[in-house]
Amino acid sequence: MTIETLSMAKAINNGLRAAMKADEKVILMGEDIGPLGGVFRVTEGLHAEFGGNRVLDTPLAESGIVGTAIGLAMRGYRPVCEIQFDGFIFPAFDQIVTQLAKLTARHQGHQTFPVVIRVPFGGHIGAVEHHQESPEAYFAHTAGLRVISPSNPHDAYWMIQEAIASNDPIMFFEPKSRYWPKGEVDLSASGSPTYSSRVVREGTGVTLVAYGPMVSMALQAAELAAEEGTSIEVIDLRSLSPIDYAPVVASVQKTGRLVVASEAPGNVSIASEVAATLAERAFYSLEAPVLRVSGFDTPFPPAKLEANYLPDVDRILEAVDRSLAY
Amino acid sequence: MSYTDATIQVLSPEGVIVENDTTAPYLPLVEKLSDAELQEMHRQMVVIRRFDIEAGNLQRQGHLGIWIPSLGQEAAQVGSATASRPQDHIFPTYREHVVGRMRGVDPVDTLRIWRGLTHGAWDPKVVNNFHLYAVVLGTQTLHATGYAMGLTFDGATGTGTPDTDAAVIAYLGDGASSQGDVSEALVFAASYQAPILFFLQNNHWAISVPVTRQSRTPLYLRPSGFGIPGVQIDGNDVLASYAVTRENLEETRAGGGPRFIEALTYRMGAHTTSDDPTKYRDDAELDFWTRHDPIARFEAFLRAKGAGDDFFDSLTQEGEDLAADVRARTLALPVPSSSAMFEHVYSEAHTLMQEQAAWLAAYEASFEGGAA
Repeated sequence: MTIETLSMAKAINNGLRAAMKADEKVILMGEDIGPLGGVFRVTEGLHAEFGGNRVLDTPLAESGIVGTAIGLAMRGYRPVCEIQFDGFIFPAFDQIVTQLAKLTARHQGHQTFPVVIRVPFGGHIGAVEHHQESPEAYFAHTAGLRVISPSNPHDAYWMIQEAIASNDPIMFFEPKSRYWPKGEVDLSASGSPTYSSRVVREGTGVTLVAYGPMVSMALQAAELAAEEGTSIEVIDLRSLSPIDYAPVVASVQKTGRLVVASEAPGNVSIASEVAATLAERAFYSLEAPVLRVSGFDTPFPPAKLEANYLPDVDRILEAVDRSLAY
Repeated sequence: MSYTDATIQVLSPEGVIVENDTTAPYLPLVEKLSDAELQEMHRQMVVIRRFDIEAGNLQRQGHLGIWIPSLGQEAAQVGSATASRPQDHIFPTYREHVVGRMRGVDPVDTLRIWRGLTHGAWDPKVVNNFHLYAVVLGTQTLHATGYAMGLTFDGATGTGTPDTDAAVIAYLGDGASSQGDVSEALVFAASYQAPILFFLQNNHWAISVPVTRQSRTPLYLRPSGFGIPGVQIDGNDVLASYAVTRENLEETRAGGGPRFIEALTYRMGAHTTSDDPTKYRDDAELDFWTRHDPIARFEAFLRAKGAGDDFFDSLTQEGEDLAADVRARTLALPVPSSSAMFEHVYSEAHTLMQEQAAWLAAYEASFEGGAA
């Protein structure tokens, strides 16, 4: 076992480097990802190490980035695109949804499209409009895409490499509020299959499901609840398409209660999908309605209001209390 | 009607070679074509037109959901396709039926799409790099540009050996010229000096929207703002289409960066069988373009060179034979099983696909032996 303590940004950087060393067809594309290393420095040093034909500082055109990545994939490359911020992905939405997602099926298996689209997402960074959004549900709703999101440096290091190794298009949502906190990364093994959810804290009273930026907050909530005698089991979904429901169903069969937390607006969301599926699969185990804790169904507000908008530990615990009150 | 002083025309509408300073660079390329090669170009145009009519008939008889005719655009397509080399990659729109056929696509496969049996009917690797049709306008120009960038990164182009150096042709239309993807493709192609030729067929109508609404400047001038040379040709002149495409492809193949051709042609039929051009076009315009029919023009040229009725009659017969064959095989096409919906959505296992495919199979099986 080789353990290093890394930030998530550095863990992804190391994961990209490892993938680029392992396969010369892996190339990076994006805005400001070259000598600058990206606005979050996730690609720092890679341009110097691999050169401008492997780390492409592209024109500022998101549809162009994804559309040309598709052509490069047809040529045998494995492009990893960086979308600078969550809210900038929409110029590429058409290429992602009508092309990248559907081209594998359109080719009837004759051609694969191993394209990874990295998207720094979520709030808590006090930024301006379009820089703090959580658009993952749009992509999980789209057949042909896989959607995954790490919550910690270890998963980030491994999941980016697994995404690059996959022959399917993958949306890789990086929780930007978690870019800087450091955590232990086991460089010797991932420990989990790519599309698996995982119990990250065991408990008996309430099941709390989260992913990406909300996992650390869910763990804090569980810690505080434990001090008051409430045992919360926390599950990190890790993969949003497909979703690995088995650990969630098993947990709800044990606890009888489910709270789902995400930063994204709750209406027609990943949290909604988890709630609906658990209602189908664990109906007789539920002692209370499934509750969602989410961002409001408004545009992401100006930074001074983000603390009011985003779910926090208190809002999670409020939902836990409501669930237990049934 | 939209011809300009800049329009390159090698063969006049009367079928006579135009010799002037503009055509001088292209005439040697035309002179190199043997009689057999010239007749092959004509054969492709005539036969695809007969196929086109048959496909329209099949639609009208309820055997296709829709048909997208290429009537009138045969010269632009056959000339440019003849100019391509085997190693080139071609990214079509959804109307380049004869280009596909020339690269090896069975016309019946084209009809599988419009009969509602598949969204993508061939493997580009099997049909000499003729990629799948793209229904969303302009999307393919970015795929083509990315592919061309990859050729550069791989050193598969620009080495000075035209027999193996590859290039890319991206077809697009005047309607697509307004799409953002096309502008982004021009930006990326220029930035990376990709070996790509953008071949725009200006057929004057994007369903009912005239090209004058798409652009206040001739479309061949637009790429100059991106740093890409553009030329305008008479797209109903198969020799101009061949020679100008050939020259531009060889330049981009040699490392000269992207090129752009606007081929002036005309959609003599409807946009699709769902369209009704009588609601928005004048008869005078159609009359003008009927008098500029690409096939009639080339037939006059070939007759002047000595081709006789035997040759032209044989093409008519070949077209009839193809039409009958296409009709018979189209009507016999099998409908895929419902499980096909779930295949190839992902290339690796995905639990939703597995669960839903299993559910549908069990549901359908529950009816077997029951009330029919």
